[in-house]
Amino acid sequence: MAFILLPLIEMMTAPSFAMLKETIKDKDVVRSIWLSIYTAGSAALISFIFGTPLAYVLARNDFKGKKLIESIIDLPVVIPHPVVGIAILSVAGKNHWIGELINQIGIRIMGSVTGIIVVLTFVGMPFYINSVKSGFESIPPRLEKVSRSLGASMFSTFFRITFPLAWKSMLVGIVMCSARAISEFGAVVIIAYHPMIAPVMIYERFEAYGLKYSQPVAVWLVFICLTLFLILRMLTLHDREKAA
Amino acid sequence: MIRIQDLNIHLKDFSLFNINLDIGRNEFFILMGPTGAGKTVLLEAIAGLIPIKSGNIYIGEKNVTKLAPEKRGVSIVYQDYSLFPHLTVRENMRYGLHFHKIDKKLSDQTFDRLVENLNLSYILNRLPLNLSGGELQRVTMARALMVNPDILLLDEPLSALDPAFREEIRAGLKKLHRDSDVTFLMVTHDFAEALSLSDRAAIMNNGKIIQTGSMEGIFKRPDSTFVADFVGMKNLFIAQFRETKAYTGTLEITLSTMPSNGKGYIAIRPEDIVLSREKLTSSMRNSFAGHIIEITDCGLYYETGIMVENIIFKSLVTKSALIDLQLVEGARIFVSFKETAIHTF
Repeated sequence: MAFILLPLIEMMTAPSFAMLKETIKDKDVVRSIWLSIYTAGSAALISFIFGTPLAYVLARNDFKGKKLIESIIDLPVVIPHPVVGIAILSVAGKNHWIGELINQIGIRIMGSVTGIIVVLTFVGMPFYINSVKSGFESIPPRLEKVSRSLGASMFSTFFRITFPLAWKSMLVGIVMCSARAISEFGAVVIIAYHPMIAPVMIYERFEAYGLKYSQPVAVWLVFICLTLFLILRMLTLHDREKAA
Repeated sequence: MIRIQDLNIHLKDFSLFNINLDIGRNEFFILMGPTGAGKTVLLEAIAGLIPIKSGNIYIGEKNVTKLAPEKRGVSIVYQDYSLFPHLTVRENMRYGLHFHKIDKKLSDQTFDRLVENLNLSYILNRLPLNLSGGELQRVTMARALMVNPDILLLDEPLSALDPAFREEIRAGLKKLHRDSDVTFLMVTHDFAEALSLSDRAAIMNNGKIIQTGSMEGIFKRPDSTFVADFVGMKNLFIAQFRETKAYTGTLEITLSTMPSNGKGYIAIRPEDIVLSREKLTSSMRNSFAGHIIEITDCGLYYETGIMVENIIFKSLVTKSALIDLQLVEGARIFVSFKETAIHTF
């Protein structure tokens, strides 16, 4: 516990209140934190849209190669972060036909918000899918079967039964995914140093001005991360109380 | 009402082979069989909830083989109730109404009638989480009946209940069946349930239907060793038939009929075997001397094993009979049974 808490508390209490206030007035800081939230949120939204159907298919069906697909989904979790950046770059860069193609239709990956969102989705999606998949798995298929036999179409069954029972796990998935995305540094720094997300800015301030100047930005970022996790804890705690 | 032709299903864990079944309108049909026989799979196939390999299912005159489950007019009730946990009892009951064009007045009438008949008024606003087994069972039944299904499929609806409750719900089921023109198809493990509720029944094993007929017929005249064993025909012997005699081991047993084949099985229910101290000189022509080799306490009755020459007969006796006849292991005793109690196949 002390091992986790001590450095965090030390860092949180190091900057003075005035300094924190001054930092949050700094337009660059606000912009970078806002960009972090915005890109992480987008990654979570994309995960929600594409990850939900995939998670449902994985939770409800048993097929050959399912284990393989699940392992592939987990891959971004175990790959070192800069490697993720380099991997994405090798596909989206100019030397690859896909990179060439998206370049032609006017999408820029390198040094763009789009690029950041791509990277964050890549690292955050597994957390979303795994959380939602176990959410779907905990809903007995019989509830859906009964719903069908009572006259509900597949579509109605999903929105009246499956979704209301799974939305909590989706929310947890979104929080997990955005928390993971907001903390990403290694992969982003390779794809997009500018525009600057908060972790990159912290790194830059540390490099250029030293510890004292990076700390206030870090405090603000940690504050936001903690808020995200607090929501997560509250949701799961609430769930457990209900089950008891 | 339900007609199944050459149905084959191959799932990962279960298969059904060449199922043929005909169930009449408003019939109460029972499916029995050991665990894993494929009874639930058959119910789900009728409801359209699992993919089938080949064959046809007709409901009424309509071929529903490829019809979506929501268009079949078939309600299913599972053993674990499967109530929607996020909806109250009232919302659970009315769930199906969202998808059926039933006149509001009519559906309100049905609702009130079911609430009254099944005694649900005091739990209407509760969530399923806080209900007892019997309450869950009644709500599930009500939910299934709210949409006026043509067919009600029941998957061991009573097995999770206390014995006391079971009696009550069984009576309720009988009444529901009598008062409606719904066709009932129910899976059960309980012979008492099956005998008291069913018009007809089918016995399943390993994905096949082994025997179909009236429950009493199946009970008294099984046509295979599996069914004989399943319905508790504990006296089951291989026999050679010659005219109206059956020979098993060194015993000669007199039959009331002449079996058509020369070789087969004879089966006698254990409750049809009478024990006595003296040889009976009554109408029972089959009477043999033997000695008791085991007595097992089965709660309400005792099961005794009697060795006659080298054949073991099983007989059920009450506790008072046990005392009257002074039955102890090793005691010499006569076993007798009527010719009409003998079933041959």
